[in-house]
Amino acid sequence: MSFYENLRHFADSYGLVVIFILFLTLCAWPFRPGAKRRNRDAARSIFEDENNGE
Amino acid sequence: MQAEAALGRAGLWFGVLIISLILAATARDTGFAAHATIIAVVAFVLMWMSAARFDPMSRARSFFRMPETLSRYDDDPVRWGVLATMFWAIIGMLAGVFIALQMAFPQLNIEPYFNFGRVRPLHTSAVVFAFGGNILIASSFYVVQRTCRAQLAFPGLARFVFWGYQLFIVLAASGYLLGVTQSREYAEPEWYVDIWLTIVWVAYLIVFVGTLARRVEPHIYVANWFYLAFIITIAMLHIVNNLAVPVALNGSQSYSAFAGVQDALTQWWYGHNAVGFFLTAGFLAMMYYFVPKQAERPVYSYRLSIIHFWSLIFLYIWAGPHHLHYTALPDWAQTLGMVFSVILWMPSWGGMINGLMTLNGAWDKIRTDPIIRMMVMAMAFYGMATFEGPMLSIKAVNSLSHYTDWTIGHVHSGALGWNGLISFAAVYFLVPRLWKRERMYSLRMINWHFWLATLGIVFYAASMWVAGITQGLMWREYGGDGYLVNSFVDTVAALHPMYVIRAVGGGMYLAGAFVMSYNVWMTLAGRLRDEAPMTDAAYDAEKDRPIVQPALASVPAE
Repeated sequence: MSFYENLRHFADSYGLVVIFILFLTLCAWPFRPGAKRRNRDAARSIFEDENNGE
Repeated sequence: MQAEAALGRAGLWFGVLIISLILAATARDTGFAAHATIIAVVAFVLMWMSAARFDPMSRARSFFRMPETLSRYDDDPVRWGVLATMFWAIIGMLAGVFIALQMAFPQLNIEPYFNFGRVRPLHTSAVVFAFGGNILIASSFYVVQRTCRAQLAFPGLARFVFWGYQLFIVLAASGYLLGVTQSREYAEPEWYVDIWLTIVWVAYLIVFVGTLARRVEPHIYVANWFYLAFIITIAMLHIVNNLAVPVALNGSQSYSAFAGVQDALTQWWYGHNAVGFFLTAGFLAMMYYFVPKQAERPVYSYRLSIIHFWSLIFLYIWAGPHHLHYTALPDWAQTLGMVFSVILWMPSWGGMINGLMTLNGAWDKIRTDPIIRMMVMAMAFYGMATFEGPMLSIKAVNSLSHYTDWTIGHVHSGALGWNGLISFAAVYFLVPRLWKRERMYSLRMINWHFWLATLGIVFYAASMWVAGITQGLMWREYGGDGYLVNSFVDTVAALHPMYVIRAVGGGMYLAGAFVMSYNVWMTLAGRLRDEAPMTDAAYDAEKDRPIVQPALASVPAE
C-alpha cells in the first residue's frame, strides 16, 4: 500500500475514533463533578475589574 | 550609545530603502514596481523618524507611545485599531456601494482601474480584513489585557502588528486596483504580500500568547479561547492556501503549488474557514466579552460556551467542500461538506442562544440601551445566517442557489448583520472607555445607526433573495423543445430593479457608518450632545396632584 493509502486508512479508522473521543471528552469536561463553581467563577471573572484600568 | 543605536536604525531603513528602489527600477511589472515604491516611502519615513530620535524632546513623547510602567493597560494600539476600524469601514463600504451601483448601472465601470473585477476584491478585503481585521486585533488586545489582568506583552511587537497589518492592507488594496492578484477568493494578494502578512500574523500570535502567559487570573476566559483559535487557524489556512512559486523575485506573478480540483478544494478549505475562524470565531470572542459586559450579567451558560467552542473547532474545518457542489470534486467530498455544514447548525444556534439568554432578566435593556439593541440584532443575524448557510449547503437547495445572488444575500446578512453590528457595538463600548469619556457623544445617534443599518440589511437581503431565486429559476427553465428558455442577458435585465434596491440598502448601511464616524469624532473631541434621554417613564406635572373630592351635597331623605 502506498503512503497515501496508509494515511487515509489510519484517518478513517483509528484517527477518526481518537478525534471523536477527544471531542466528546472536551465537551464533557465542564460537566465533571465539582466544576459548577469553577464555571460560575469563570463567567463572573470579567466583572472583577470594574475600573477597566488605564 | 543612544546615537549609535539611532544611527544603526537609520542605516537599516536606508538599506531597505535602497533595496526597494532597486526592485522598483528593475521590476518586471508596474504593480510590483508600485508596491516597491510604497515600501521605499515607508522605509524613508522610518529612516527619517529614526534620525529624528536624536532629539531628546521627540524621544520623550515618541510617536509609538511605548508604555512606561506595568501598572497601566497598554491601550494605544487598541485606540489606533478602533480608529483604523472606522476608517476602513467607510472605505470598504463605499467600495461596496460603488460596485453595487456598477451592477445596476454598468456605465460606472471606469476602465481599467475601477472596473468591477478590480474593485470587488478591494471591497471584500477592505470590509473583511481591514474593517473586520482591525476590530479583531484591537478588541483582542483590549480583552486579553482585561481578562488576564496583565499588560500587553512585547509592546514593540504589538505596535509592529498594528502598523504591519496596515501596510498589508495598503499593499493588498493598491495591488487590486493595479491588477496584481493571484485570483484566490479572499486571498488575492500576491506571494510577497502573503509573506509579509505571515510575519505580521506570527508576531500577533506571539503578542497574544505572551500576554496569556503573563496573566494573573488563573482561568483563561472563554473569549480568549476564541481569539486564540482565530489567530492559530488563520495562520494555518493562510500559509497552506498561499503556497505558490513566484515567477521571479522582482515580479508580482506566482503560480499555485496545487493544480486542478486539489487547488479548488484548497481554496475553499481556506475560503470557508476564513468565514469560520475570521468572521465567526473572532467575532464570537467579541460576543462572549462585550455582551456580558454591556448587559452587566455573566454569560448565560459557561458550559454551553465551551461546547460551542469545541464544536466549532472540530466541525467547521470540514465544511468547505459545500462551495464546490456539482463540480469535479469527488461526490463523497461534496456530501461530507454538506453533512458537516448541516451539523454545524446546532453549535451555532447554541452559541446564539447563549448570547441572547445572557440578557435573561434584563430584556428591558433592548428598549433602553441602543448598544444592547445592536448586539441583540447582531446575534439574531448570526442565528439567521447560520441557519441559511446549512440550508444552502444541501445539494438540492444548492442546485438552485449556486452561482446566484442568493449566495451574495446570505453572505451579507452574515457580514452586515452579524459581523458589522457586533463590531459597531464593540466600538461604541470601547470608545468612551479608551478615551476616558463619560459616554458616547450621542446615544440617540447610536439608535439612528441601528435603524439605518437594520433597514439597510433588510433591503439588501430581501432583494438578493428575490434576485437569486429569479436567477436560479430562469437559468434552469426549459421549453417544450428541450432548449433553455432564457439567455444569460435576459436574467441580467430581469434583475435590474433588485440591483437598484440592493444599492439603496447598502447606501443606508453606509449612511449608518457615517453617523457612527461623526458620533465617534465628537466623542473624541470631548463633546456630549444635549439630548432627551433614550427612555423615560411618562411624567405630567399637571396631573401630579391629589384629587380633591367635591363636597357632597346632602340629599334630603324621601
